[in-house]
Order: sequence, then structure tokens, then C-alpha cells
Amino acid sequence: MTTTTYTGTDKPNYLNWKTSVASWLLTYDHKRIAILYLVSISIFFLLGGLAAAMIRMELATPKGDLLTSDVYNKMFTTHGVIMIFLFLIPSIPAVFGNFLLPLMIGARDVAFPRLNLLSWYFFMAGAACVLIALFRGGIDTGWTFYTPYSSSFAKGEVSLAIVGVFLAGFASIFTGINFLVTIHKMRAPGMTWFRLPLFVWAMYATSLIQVLGTPVVAITLLLVAVERTFRIGIFDPNLGGDPILYQHLFWFYSHPAVYIMILPAMGVISEVISAFSKRRVFGYHFVAFSSLAIAIIGFLVWGHHMFSTGQSIYAGIVFSFLTWIVAIPSAIKTFNWMATIWKGRVHWDTPMLYALGFMGLFVIGGLTGLHLAAMATNVHLTDTYFIVAHFHYVMVGGAIMGYLAALHFWWPKMTGRMYPEGWGKLAALLVFVGFNLTFFPQFILGYMGMPRRYHSYPEEWATLNVLSTAGSSVLGLGYLLPVIYLTWSLKYGKVVTERNPWGARGLEWELVDTPPDPHNFERTPIVTRPAYDYNHPEEPTGFVPKPRPVVVGGKDG
Amino acid sequence: MSVQELQKTATLEHTADGHHHSDGILGEQFETLEQQNTSYLIGMWAFIVQEVLFFGAIFTAYAIYRFKYVLEFTLAHHELSVPIGTLNTFVLLFSSYTMARAVRAAMQNRHKKQAFYLFLTFLFAGVFMVNKYFEYSAKFEHHLFPGGDYSAHAVVEHAQKMGELREVEENGQKFYELGKTRDGQFTAFKRVTPQEFEQRTRLFFGFYFVMTGLHGLHVLIGMIIIGILIGRALIDHAKNKPVADFMPVEMTGLYWHLVDIVWIFLFPLLYLIGR
Repeated sequence: MTTTTYTGTDKPNYLNWKTSVASWLLTYDHKRIAILYLVSISIFFLLGGLAAAMIRMELATPKGDLLTSDVYNKMFTTHGVIMIFLFLIPSIPAVFGNFLLPLMIGARDVAFPRLNLLSWYFFMAGAACVLIALFRGGIDTGWTFYTPYSSSFAKGEVSLAIVGVFLAGFASIFTGINFLVTIHKMRAPGMTWFRLPLFVWAMYATSLIQVLGTPVVAITLLLVAVERTFRIGIFDPNLGGDPILYQHLFWFYSHPAVYIMILPAMGVISEVISAFSKRRVFGYHFVAFSSLAIAIIGFLVWGHHMFSTGQSIYAGIVFSFLTWIVAIPSAIKTFNWMATIWKGRVHWDTPMLYALGFMGLFVIGGLTGLHLAAMATNVHLTDTYFIVAHFHYVMVGGAIMGYLAALHFWWPKMTGRMYPEGWGKLAALLVFVGFNLTFFPQFILGYMGMPRRYHSYPEEWATLNVLSTAGSSVLGLGYLLPVIYLTWSLKYGKVVTERNPWGARGLEWELVDTPPDPHNFERTPIVTRPAYDYNHPEEPTGFVPKPRPVVVGGKDG
Repeated sequence: MSVQELQKTATLEHTADGHHHSDGILGEQFETLEQQNTSYLIGMWAFIVQEVLFFGAIFTAYAIYRFKYVLEFTLAHHELSVPIGTLNTFVLLFSSYTMARAVRAAMQNRHKKQAFYLFLTFLFAGVFMVNKYFEYSAKFEHHLFPGGDYSAHAVVEHAQKMGELREVEENGQKFYELGKTRDGQFTAFKRVTPQEFEQRTRLFFGFYFVMTGLHGLHVLIGMIIIGILIGRALIDHAKNKPVADFMPVEMTGLYWHLVDIVWIFLFPLLYLIGR
């Protein structure tokens, strides 16, 4: 057997071993599917960001002068629907989950490569429906599709948008099923459950939510479409239906969906923090199980979205209590990350900056969640900018910071090129400053009583709103920079040929080429050490066994 | 030699070396056939769990309205045909049996037998759909489909005949009183306007069509898959293939039993309770 050792770009890798368009669009390779997702969700992120920019520009002045209230409604709906269903839900799972899971557990691919590709097509079909609905006049229901906004009073192609979300939902379910089976059945020999990187644990918890939650919102939205088409009063009180039922069914998925967004980001943070502190994640088991705890408890808290919409007060008390409990596993994670950094050798590279940003912002987002979980304060704060600020701290400050950390951390592995570090740090700083400038004033505005979803407001709130709009332009610049320099680095970035540019632990760094071979590993590796074994730098996490000698004419031959 | 051992020898060459292209049984990403088969099974069960939640949400909504509008729903459900429903229940149950036989035949690599039982399953599924067609047509004919020309007229007429609904007029306004007639004496439990009655029975038929429609869609998808499997089994038979992958049939079997069990819940909830 010839064992040619290629180095760098002359070695065929998953990016260049086939180059036709069909080889990309019909690929079963989990790494290529990850890239397909990466390209598509990046476009959707820019579209959603554009809508956000319109919203902030309108709110720069107290008068509703830039957009009419109708157009404004459509703008925040566009922003919400695109950002949540077309960007945040698929972001880390579909891009980094796809790319990394098989590499991290020592497999050649996910368990169902064809289902994986199908999921991308479902996603794109869904996205096409949503975008067509948005461009054909837009929808003004808000991303929640609350009835009767979405049934009796809706204008535009609500049903088409619903079909789009339905399809994207099934893409998410397929990914979830795929990952569950992959984690259960595709682990390399020696890769026991407690040797798994914590990102894999986070993805496992996420997949559980995707499989158990998404079908509920799918059928619920389908019922809204049926109600619209056939005038059946499932959710419309004028026809004998119950709009509260819609909210129950919707939030049964959509609250856990928040954890679909944040849990993978938490997994990324565990990886990044340990890699740049050169320490094993403190309290590995606690961090692993806290992901599962968040996934499970997350299913029992949906009622906290409905404290002020006619839910029984006793149900409210239970939901409030359970919501507080979610704070425990979240705090376990945060404290363990801090303990990991403590006495670590911290390297201040861009991914670490994003990870630290995540920790700060997630703590603020999480703690303000407790203000909203308490029924008494909720009544005052609900449907104000306080809530807008809270969930942006969790989803943007949390999930997108985690996404950007992952993008920078694994960028050399994915592309074989390094991003420019100086620009990376500048962008991380801009995102952090811009984000806080945008959303912190909104906590104050919300506390003062500014309601969400209005395009005009009284004069006295002008200063804080101008501050917020100014911050959003800094934030926008912070997001635009990576788009530019990452694209630039594809051609001009420093070529990375070594397997492990960060000196990190994990199969994807130690045993996989940069960029990876189409088959990931030469042959299935054998894992001998737990994850993050930074205390034993001389001991590899696993090794690729030598090929079995071929005896010609022997008993096996 | 058992079937499993046969299949293992058939793919031994793949397990010996790193990556390889399979002859159609073992996927490139798997190490062993056992790993592949259990992966398929876990994946299928995860999909079934997903389906349970998918239908679960709509069952929940139905249960809530069944409770809220119990009298209206009970009167409306009298319009469903119990004989056809019962017949369909038995047809589906029997198709589950033939499906199980097909899985067994596939495991034994008896391709012809497998094709035969799959064909029977397909046939029963077809009977189910034809019955469904007649059932749906009758609803359309009586204007019970919640479309443009929906009318609760048939429900009202039937309920009056059974003595469970009575028209009353008060201050020039028409009402329906819902109740029971015992010994020629009508006892009213509830009074609704004709418009309310129309909306609520419309809601019932909405649920009826959505639930049985989604279920029927699952039957149709099952028929397509079974059709493909019949073709594959016949090709295997013609080629005299000693060993074929039984997992597609096994997984279709799981799916088919799910379709069956959804109906086992639909039938009593829609057709039977309240009689």
C-alpha cells in the first residue's frame, strides 16, 4: 500500500476533490452539506439584518415618518421570521453540527447522509416559500403567527409563509433524528459517552428538542393554514375557536426552540473556552448533564409566555416556578466555564473574545429572564422593550456570539485558511460594544413602559432610542466585517496546513487533515483519552490504527 | 447458517478495511451491518416519536373542543358512517398482519413470498383508500365538507329525528335546543343559535377532515413505498438473489404499524364515543 504524505493544498481534500456544481448540490458528505447550509444561512442573515436596520432607522425619530405602520409591521415580521426560522434554528446545528459531529466522534459521516442532504433541500424549499411570501407584499403577523392576527386579520401570503416554516421545521427534525442516531451509533471504538466533547452533548440535547418539539409547531401552523383556507374556527373566537390554545401549542415548541438556539452555542463555548485556556472543562459531567436538564425542563415552561393572556393563575405559578429552575443548569454551565478559565493559560484569540462576550451577555440575558419569569414583574414588563432586549441578549448576545466564536475557531479547519487576526479582534470588539449600545438602552426603555411593535413613540424616549439606533450601526459594521474578511481570507488568507493550528484537543484537531479528507479519517480511529486532556499533552486523544497487513494467498486472501 | 450470519459473510470484505464502496447493503459510513441495522431502527423509532407528537398536538386540540362543545360534536359525529369505519379498521388491522408476514419473509430472504404479502398489504391499503373516497364523497354530497357550501342542515335534520335537537323561537329569534328525549319528554341541556351550531359542527368536520386526511396521506405515502418494495422484491426474486437487505421492509413495517395505530385512535375518538 502506498502511503503518500501530502501536505497543504496539493492534497485532495473535501473541498477540491470534486468541483462540479452537481458534486456540491448532490453531495452526501456531511462537510459539504455544512458548507451548503453556511452559504444559505449567511444570505438569510444579511436579509434579516437589513430588516432590522429598517426598524432601527424608523425608531431613530419619535414620529413614524420613515415607514408607515403597516410597512413597519411587515418589517419586524420579516426580521423575526427570517432570523429565527431561517438563521438561528439551523445556524450552529446545521452548519457546525454537520461539520463537526462525525469528526468529533471519529465517524466517516453522519448515520443518514441522504437524509442529511434531503434536510437541506427541505430547508431551501421552506426558505423559498417564506421569501416569496415576504416579497409578494410581506406578512404582518409577527414571527409568532399569533391568531387572530394570522387568521382573521392577516394581509398577504400568510399561508405560504406557514408552508415555508413547516418545511424548514421538517428540515430541522431530519437533522435532529440524524444527529441522535449518529451520536448513539457512530462513535468510534473507545469514544465512550463521557469522553465525548461537550459540543456533542449539547447537540444531543438540541436534537432531542428538535425531534420532540418541532412536529407540534408544524401541525399547529398547518391548522392555522387550514383555518384560513376553510374558515374553520380552530383558533378564531369569532368562529368558536380559542386563540389561547394556539399560544399553548405554539409555545410548546417555540420556547424549547430558544434552547435549540442557545444549547449548541453553549456547546461551542465549552470547546472554545477549554481550547484557549488550555484546561479541561471544569465539572465536565455537570456541564454535560446541564444540557440535558435544560432540554427537558425547557419543555415544561412554555406557559411563561402567557402570564398576561388569560392563562389560569395557578398554571402561571407552576410555570413561573419551573422557569426559575431553568436558571440552575444555566448557572452551572456559566460557573463551570469561569472555573475553567480560572488558573488557565488564557490565549486572547478572536474565538476566545467571542466566548467571553457570550458569557457576559448570556448572564445578563439569563438574569433578566428571571424578571420576566416572576409573574408580578412580568405583568409590568411583558410586551415592552424589556422583553425585546432580554431575548436579544440571549439570542444575539448568546447564540450569535457562539456562532461567530465557532466560525472563527473552526474556520482554518473548514477552509484551510486563517482569517486575519487583527480584523477578527476588531470585529469582536465592535460586535460587543455595538450590541450593548443597541440593546442595553432597550431594557431601560422597556422598564419605562415603551411597548414593542410600534413605529412611533413619545418624545421623552428619543435619547435612548437614538442611542440604540447608533449602537445598531456599530453592530451592523461588526457583522459586516467578518463577512468581508472571511470571504477575503478564502483567497488571500494565510494557508494553514498543520492539523492543529490552535494546539487544541479533540479528534477533529489531532487526527483530521486541514482541510479534512473527504473520508475524514484514514480509517476508523481508536479513542484512548477523555476530551480536553490538556494535562497530558504528550498523550494523543486517539490514534488511527495501522492497516491490517494484506497476506496474498493467505487464509484471508 | 442463520440469516444474520449469511449477511455478515456477504459483507465481510467491507469490515476488513477502512473505506470502501459497498455492494448496496452496507452504507459507506458504517463499519458493520449490525451498526447499520440498529442505526436504521433507532432512526425509524425517532421518526415515529416525531409522528406521535405531530398527531398528538391535533388530538389535544380535538380533545379540548370535544370537551368544550360536547353536545354539538356528538350530534355531528352521528353523520359519520360506523360500518365503513369499522370495515376500514379491520382492513387496516389485517394489512398490519400481512405487513408483519412480509417482514418475516424478507428476513428469511423468501423474495416471492415477501412480494406476495407486500402486495396484499398494498391491496388492503387500496381498499382503505377506496372506502375513504366513498366516505368523503358522501360528506361532500351532504354539504358537510367545511368549504364554501357547508351547511349543518343534515346534522340538524338527523338530530331532530333522534329527538336530540329542537327548534325554538324566542322574541323572533331562532334557537336550537340540544338535549335528550326520554319517554316523549324533551330535556334541553344547552341552547345555541343556528349560527353557533353551524360553526361548531363545522369545527367538528374540520377536525374530521384534517385528521383523517393527514392519516390518509400517510396511507398514500405508505402505498408508494410498499409499491417500490414490491418491485425490488420481484427483481430480487428474478435475479435469484440469495441475500437481500431486509431493513427497508422492516422499517416500512414499523411505519405501517404506526399508520395503523393512529387509525386505532382516530376511529373511536371520531366515530364511536358518544353513541
